[in-house]
Amino acid sequence: MWLIMTSLAAVITTAIWYVRAPEDKYKLGLLSLIFWGATLMWFVDHVMAYLTEGGEFFEINPDATLLGLSVIILALLVWEIVLLVSDPKGVLKRVLKR
Amino acid sequence: MACFLVPMGEAIVTTVVQKVVENREKKVGGKRTDNAGLKWSQRLSWLNKLLWGGTILLALEHVWHGEVVPWPPFLTAMENPADVAPMLHEMATFGVAMAITVTFVWAIIVMVAELKAKAMPEAKGNLISGGE
Repeated sequence: MWLIMTSLAAVITTAIWYVRAPEDKYKLGLLSLIFWGATLMWFVDHVMAYLTEGGEFFEINPDATLLGLSVIILALLVWEIVLLVSDPKGVLKRVLKR
Repeated sequence: MACFLVPMGEAIVTTVVQKVVENREKKVGGKRTDNAGLKWSQRLSWLNKLLWGGTILLALEHVWHGEVVPWPPFLTAMENPADVAPMLHEMATFGVAMAITVTFVWAIIVMVAELKAKAMPEAKGNLISGGE
């Protein structure tokens, strides 16, 4: 389930990035690459596990859904930290100057 | 078990390489490394973001499944000698496959970006800012 949710997040983020490209003030390129990196790795993991161990390709249950949500939250958190540290709008600078 | 450690190792290496390349590019006055308009540091930053992003999110999954813990030896497979060999096998198969796939996809992205940049000479130097 977390593979599906991360893939969806990657597709949506990439679409939003593309709409705003070539401008990338809010580092949506970074966010989409984070999601795509995880999507690719989990895809390989799922395919290899399916081929070697068998069983269901997607694990669909409440625990897997919760993990999917947690993964998305962590990615957003990492992105927001990078965004706040780089502060492209200069908001933090202005707040700290007051 | 610990498959994400392989892409993490690659990410560490490529991050160092990116820093070295960045410094070298600064020394030559920020000149492009070829005619396509993309700097090598920019290309490598895409790979780093894919690798680090995947590593961080996979690390959470491993914590979730109890395969990684916040106390030594950090990997639960290391606590039992019988689990060490399967862990190393998983790293050699799943982990290496993950690292190769991500690198391969990155190579395709770079190739497509280069071809696009070459096809549009006026767009040189103004390509995809998404990764930087």
